[in-house]
Order: sequence, then structure tokens, then C-alpha cells
Amino acid sequence: MTTVETDLQGVVEDAAAHLYVWALKDIPQDLRDALAAARLRETSVTGIRVLETIHRNVNIADRDGNLVCQDTGIAVYTCRVGEHFPLHPTRIYAALKTGTERATLEHPLRSNAVHTITRENTGPNTGYRLPIVHWEFVPDWDGLDVKCVPKGSGSENMSFLKMCVPADGVKGIKRFVLDSIVGAGGKPCPPGIVGVGIGGSADYAMYLAKEAITRPIGTRNADPIVAQLEDELLELLNQTGIGPMGLGGDVTVLQCHIEHADTHMTLNPVAVNYQCWAARRASAHVSAGGDVDFDREA
Amino acid sequence: MAAHRLTFPVDEAAIRTLRAGDEVTVDGHIIGIRDRTQIRIFDQGIEPPMDLRGALLLHTAPNVRKLGPGRYEKLCIGTTTSARMVRFTEPLGAQYGVRAICGKGGLPDEAIEPMQRLGMVYFAIVGGAAALETTQIEEIEEVAWEELMPECLWRFRVKDFGPLTVGIDAHGNSLFHDVQEEAKRRLEDLYARL
Repeated sequence: MTTVETDLQGVVEDAAAHLYVWALKDIPQDLRDALAAARLRETSVTGIRVLETIHRNVNIADRDGNLVCQDTGIAVYTCRVGEHFPLHPTRIYAALKTGTERATLEHPLRSNAVHTITRENTGPNTGYRLPIVHWEFVPDWDGLDVKCVPKGSGSENMSFLKMCVPADGVKGIKRFVLDSIVGAGGKPCPPGIVGVGIGGSADYAMYLAKEAITRPIGTRNADPIVAQLEDELLELLNQTGIGPMGLGGDVTVLQCHIEHADTHMTLNPVAVNYQCWAARRASAHVSAGGDVDFDREA
Repeated sequence: MAAHRLTFPVDEAAIRTLRAGDEVTVDGHIIGIRDRTQIRIFDQGIEPPMDLRGALLLHTAPNVRKLGPGRYEKLCIGTTTSARMVRFTEPLGAQYGVRAICGKGGLPDEAIEPMQRLGMVYFAIVGGAAALETTQIEEIEEVAWEELMPECLWRFRVKDFGPLTVGIDAHGNSLFHDVQEEAKRRLEDLYARL
């Protein structure tokens, strides 16, 4: 048992090290398609200039094997852990941390991690409570899915929370999302993915907003009522005229994703988490036996 | 909207020819700078060990590999959000003669007046397009304040750097201001439809 655990930890560590660099260099196909569609739809001179430059940049990153964006981000992982996966989450976390450090030192990548008061560097993109991991536990399964989402600070700085009241209704939610994206302007590198978390509690709404930005473009919330709100918000946001890089234009966001939770009868929280156009993510499926299947599209 | 090619450093006359919305391509030398670099200059009162007269400052913190003392190889060099550093705009122009600031996402309206008065512009680059930007930086020629890594003072030699869009010109115009005003007008209509 000990041997199996040690091997699996090494497998997850190797996977994390690979995922971090891969995510930074090779953006998913759904995102490439959405950016190409945005270019066809955009009519402003500056907007076209921005979207064509983005297209050139993605191709050069492919050609040169370089990072798409220089911001190597804060390392965020989402883990779906099967109840029978034979490695405890404490060991999975240790593997993700060491994998992040190895990727940073071996490539090398810029290290962004600092102590939040002293602002001194704390390690190779790791530190106290870094990386950040979102956990989901899956019954009747023995696998592990790891998704790496290096989160840039330009978009993360454009995060907003409002404790709407029940009387604000859905209208209050829509208005807050609109105000947030207009207020953010060009700062979060639009056009990107707007993640919205609604319901739950204050902290959980923001957690859900982050979950929302990790979804592939084209996926929809499973609840048809929420999915309809995703469509409405996308249409509204693209009528603000903020445009690519906030220079004015037709395409302000590529997609709006909502994740929701049931909440208290007196609560109506809404959180916005923005993901820039370079919406980087990469996944690995790890079997109980230690086989790894890398997946750019998950 | 005209297209320009400028070799930095430049003089005030060249800056005054630019209008908001124009496209600019840059050659010559530019200087990389970021939050901590400017906090050191202005809040801690330490003189920068590079001449900033006529300069284009790039808001950046590069990925590099150290080759030797003071020598670095570029790996991936891109641009960060400018708005955090808006309060340094006026003193950069008034005390050090900086002519252009290049970053992404724009500068708030408080930058418009000093840029007009001092003859400065803001260039909007495409944020996140670092793979392309790296190919346009020919060499890292000088690095000062290495202890602030990666927020040092960097001197880059560039060729065909861009495309840049004049976001704020030296005549009181700001694309970011205009886009916000238009968005606020549209929001009134959108609220009515919610």
C-alpha cells in the first residue's frame, strides 16, 4: 500500500508540473474558436487590430513554444477525486505544490508568489496556502481529474461581490454583472469569460464564480433557468461597447458562465470573477493504477 | 486614424503629432518598469539609475533566464495592467521627462490633464500578447535594481514593437474616457430592459 501511494504521488506531481507549463503555452481549441468567431463579428478598427494581434500571438506561441501571456498567474487547480482513488487529498495537495515548484524552476517561469503584507517572494509560485485547490469528491469512482488554471492578476483584480437582497431579484443580479464589466473596462484583457456565482453565501458565491471561469466555452449550466440567464447576460454584456482591450467595439466578452447554489431565503449574493482572453487551462485524468491521460479540452 | 513609426527616445514635438486612436509602431530603446520600481523612485525617494528623458516606459515584469552578472536572456516579455500605477504619471513627466507610457487596459481620467500639460501619451498594447511582444524585443541591454526581480528597471532594444494604439494623447483626448461615457449611456437603455 505504501509503495502504491508513493508512486501515485509522483504521478500526480509529474502531471501537475506538465499541466502548469502546458496550460501557459497551448490554449484550448474552444477558446481559439471563440476568438476566431469574435474576429469575424467585430467591426471597430481598434477591435479588429486587437483580435488580429491576439491571433498572431497565439500562432507565435505555438511556433516558438513560448508562453501565450507573460503572467504565469497564481496556480489554481480543480480536483475531482473519486472516493476510491488510492491517494489521500493531503498527498494530492503535496504533489500539486511540488509539481508547481518544479515547473517554475525547471522551465523557468516567472514566480509571482509574495507574502501578502511584506510583498517578499515566498517561493517558486508557491507559498502559504498556495497553490489554491478546489475540491470535489465523487462517489463510486476510483479516478482523479486535475485541471490547472493559471490565473492572471489583471483579470483576478477585476473580481466583484455584492450581497443583493431578495427584493433586488434577478434584475439586481443582471445589473451588478453589467456594472462590474463596464467598470472593469479594458483592465481584465477583454474579450474573456465572465464567471458569475449566485446563491450560497458570500464566500461560496465567489468560489462558484471561479468554478464558472474554468468551464470550456460552449458548456452551459445544467439548470435550464440558469442557462437562460447565461444567454441573457452574454447578450447584454456585448451591448456595452467596451470592446476588445476596452478600446471600444462589439465583442466585450466571449462567454458568460454561471454556477449557482441554493441559498438562504434572505440572501441573494452575486459574485463576478473575470477570466482574460488568454483563458488558460489544461487537464489530466489519473487512474487508480497511475495511468495519465492529458486533455486540453476538459 | 493615422499610422506612425517612432524611434525612442523622442522629443515633445513628435509626441504632439499623435492623436487618440492612431496606430504606432516603435523602434529604438524602451524602459521596463512596474509597481515596485515606481514605489522605490517616488515613495522611497531613490533616484533611478537610468536616464528617462524622452523615454517610453513599458509596464512589465518579464520571464527571464540569468546568464551572468547583470545579464539576462529574454524568455517571455509581456505587459501588465496600467491603472494601478496612474499616480506616478505626473511626476514621471514633470521630474524625469518621460514622454510615453505603454501598458494595457488604459489609465484613468486623472492621467489626461498631466499628459496634455507635459506633452505625454499613453500607448495601449494588446494585453496577453506576450509571445509576439517577445519577438519584438531584440535584447535586454541593461538591468538595474535586480533585487526587485522581476520588477526591476529594464532597458530593452526593440524593433517593430506594436501595434500600439494611442489611448490618451497630449491634446486632452482619451479613448478610455470616451468608451466609458458611451457605455454609461448604453447602460441606461440596458437597465430599462432588465
